[in-house]
Amino acid sequence: MIPEAGLAALWLAAALAALQFLAGGIAVHRPQGNELLASLVRPAAAIQALLTGLAFLALLYVFSVTDLSVKLVASNSHSAKPMIYKLSGAWGNHEGSMLLWVTVMALAGGGIALLERRLPERTMMATLAAQAFVGLGFYAFLLFSSNPFERLPQPAAEGMGLNPLLQDVGLAFHPPTLYFGYVGLSVAFSFAVGALLTRQVTPDFARAMRPWVLFAWIFLTLGITAGSYWAYYELGWGGWWFWDPVENASLMPWLAATALLHSVSVLAARDALRTWTIMLGVVAFSMSMVGTFLVRSGVLTSVHAFAVDPERGSFILALLALYVGSALVLFGLRAGTISEGERFAITSREGALVVNNVALSAILGIVLLGTLYPLLTEAFDVRVSVGPPYFNPVSAIFLVPMLVVLMVGPLLRWRKDSLGRVSKPVLGALVVALAALAAALILGPVEVLPAIGFMLSAGVAVASVMPLAGRNVLRLPLATWGMVLAHLGVAVSLFGMAADSAFTKEVLVAARPGDTSEVGPWTVMLDDARPVAGPNWTAMAGNMSVSYRGGDAIHVAPQARNYWSPVQSTSEVAMATRWNGQFYAMIGDEGEDGRWQLMLWWKPFVTWIWYGGLLIGLGGMLALVGRVIADLKRRDIQRRVSERRDDAEVTA
Amino acid sequence: MTRIRWTLWAPLAIFGAFVVLVGYQLTQPAQTEVESAMIGKSIPEFDLKPAFADRPGLASADLRDGQPKLLNIFASWCIPCRVEAPQLEQLRRAGAPIHGVAIRDRPEDVAAFLAQYGNPFTRIGADDLSEVQLGIGSSGVPETFVVDGEGVIRYQLIGDIRPEHVPLLLEKLQELAR
Repeated sequence: MIPEAGLAALWLAAALAALQFLAGGIAVHRPQGNELLASLVRPAAAIQALLTGLAFLALLYVFSVTDLSVKLVASNSHSAKPMIYKLSGAWGNHEGSMLLWVTVMALAGGGIALLERRLPERTMMATLAAQAFVGLGFYAFLLFSSNPFERLPQPAAEGMGLNPLLQDVGLAFHPPTLYFGYVGLSVAFSFAVGALLTRQVTPDFARAMRPWVLFAWIFLTLGITAGSYWAYYELGWGGWWFWDPVENASLMPWLAATALLHSVSVLAARDALRTWTIMLGVVAFSMSMVGTFLVRSGVLTSVHAFAVDPERGSFILALLALYVGSALVLFGLRAGTISEGERFAITSREGALVVNNVALSAILGIVLLGTLYPLLTEAFDVRVSVGPPYFNPVSAIFLVPMLVVLMVGPLLRWRKDSLGRVSKPVLGALVVALAALAAALILGPVEVLPAIGFMLSAGVAVASVMPLAGRNVLRLPLATWGMVLAHLGVAVSLFGMAADSAFTKEVLVAARPGDTSEVGPWTVMLDDARPVAGPNWTAMAGNMSVSYRGGDAIHVAPQARNYWSPVQSTSEVAMATRWNGQFYAMIGDEGEDGRWQLMLWWKPFVTWIWYGGLLIGLGGMLALVGRVIADLKRRDIQRRVSERRDDAEVTA
Repeated sequence: MTRIRWTLWAPLAIFGAFVVLVGYQLTQPAQTEVESAMIGKSIPEFDLKPAFADRPGLASADLRDGQPKLLNIFASWCIPCRVEAPQLEQLRRAGAPIHGVAIRDRPEDVAAFLAQYGNPFTRIGADDLSEVQLGIGSSGVPETFVVDGEGVIRYQLIGDIRPEHVPLLLEKLQELAR
């Protein structure tokens, strides 16, 4: 009964999306005489949000009680799973994740319909119609080819989803985090399309769009940070970024969203960069869809094993062509008629942010090209693999100037400024940067990219806190704190990357129990290697005593695990974390002479990469809270002003 | 003004090219069984040094000892090779003899790769210049060849071994053993 109710709610929601699209479209096209239709649009969006929410709850319910008459539950769950993995199983598969996608989209649509009041009503109608148009495609996908509530003719005796590798807290929450980011960008997309349709690209439009961009961007930032750490400890390869297609699929929307975030701030504050903002609004969500397509269609090979299905790939490609194609056609037709906006000098805050936009877009292009290049050559029957030797130096060409400008940009005034005015703090940051470079070179031979990394991270770290200088830190707007924190996070993360690639020590040893090895400042003793058993695996665990510079011994035990259902061997790394880095160990096979292969790493400051990512996300959250509070205050003041005016009219 | 209009259409043009490219790739079967020009031909003469300390190197004579074998072209830097590792392990357990050729690799990286993903190989040759790879008609990593007891290439699997390929490869080996 519950699954049928969920399905019915979905159909109703789809019908409401159709109503929202048609009524909104007519109201935009011919506002006069269609006031009744227009008045239906907002309620349709709100009720749609409610209905998809109910459908998603219905799915959670059938997973929580392990209703084995539902096909999706039977193939993806198991009655013996812990409750948290039963629930996460609801979205850990294709159908459920598509339902989550439309639910988040509908909730976002309902959110704008209920909350957003400052845009011209016609632009709102166009935005909501666009949101419904995008939503309709995903409803069709869900209802016609990926019904999550499909029943089995005969209930299954037991579920098939006890895959131990998928029972990981990281895996349970990493994909939905990225989803919130992807789908949040759909709102920015709808706003951009709405503004193009009505030619209303105004600062108000930017202020309405900004919280959604921030919201999506925070989730993308945290999702990518978590994904990188997950790959680091789970793949056991010692690396934290592989330029793998699936990683790139999440990085590309982030790059576009980061550019959009900066561009939208210029539009909100200064009414400039109108075309850029619209363009990036379209591109950011397009990249989310391109990413989803690349991951789900199986056109690229990746370390991430997804349930790949070419038929679904074709469906997503059709949706992608329809939405992105029509948005870009609209952009080509309309963008020329949007006037340029306010002018500004090259040396100004706007000028610096244009550099940011261009550089981020260029890096986006580089990542996209590198990701698609194997596909391109494959069409000509040549198979290639594109990896770090391409991505690292080529993206650095644009990243380096962008970070140099980041040292100056936040200090500049809007519209027009001179470098002379900010020369003192900038010179200070440059001196620190050069000192960091010198220190790195003294510490040891460092390659070019890490050396530049040390220099820029120090410079950006100093420059990022400069906007606080000479200001009352207690009265500084939260959004400014957010910017400072996020830029500081960039410096912290960059420092971690540079330190990891410059000073990592790595040894491969064959050790008997009792043997001692050295890696960097660590002394590692293999105490013994003994078998251990888990609920569905057996493993050889290498018990090691490790000490940092002769300090107290820490016990770590990496394992070589064998699962039996399904048969799979994995390596569980063991780590010892300090503030200044991580010791990272892996155990391999036993040799014929009773010696064990051990892979040992000392990775100085590697954890700072993810601390930086967290700081960036935290900065985004502060900015979001600050903006929302400022909006609420402004709304409150406007309300009071109009009340007072009403009172004045009454007493007059 | 005309120039600006052109740039406004550029994103659509790029997107159009993307759709055409992936659309074309979607219509192609995921694992095309490309009949290599080398099928039916004998492997060329070669003698490769060991790719790392734990396994002997590989020479063409090792593939002519009368027993059909799998020859896997891999590299530690190749991500699909990590994906196919469980399938190679499954093949090894099913009794398939597997030789490996490591392409443009460093011994310590090969050692780490095998320690991590398992070592299904009896011999591993280091092909530092891709000479052997090109000589047997392989254009990328990973690829897997079925070679009969006389060193004649009978089958070539391009790309990573997916679980559904395991029975296929075992069947090819059994056919040759008869």
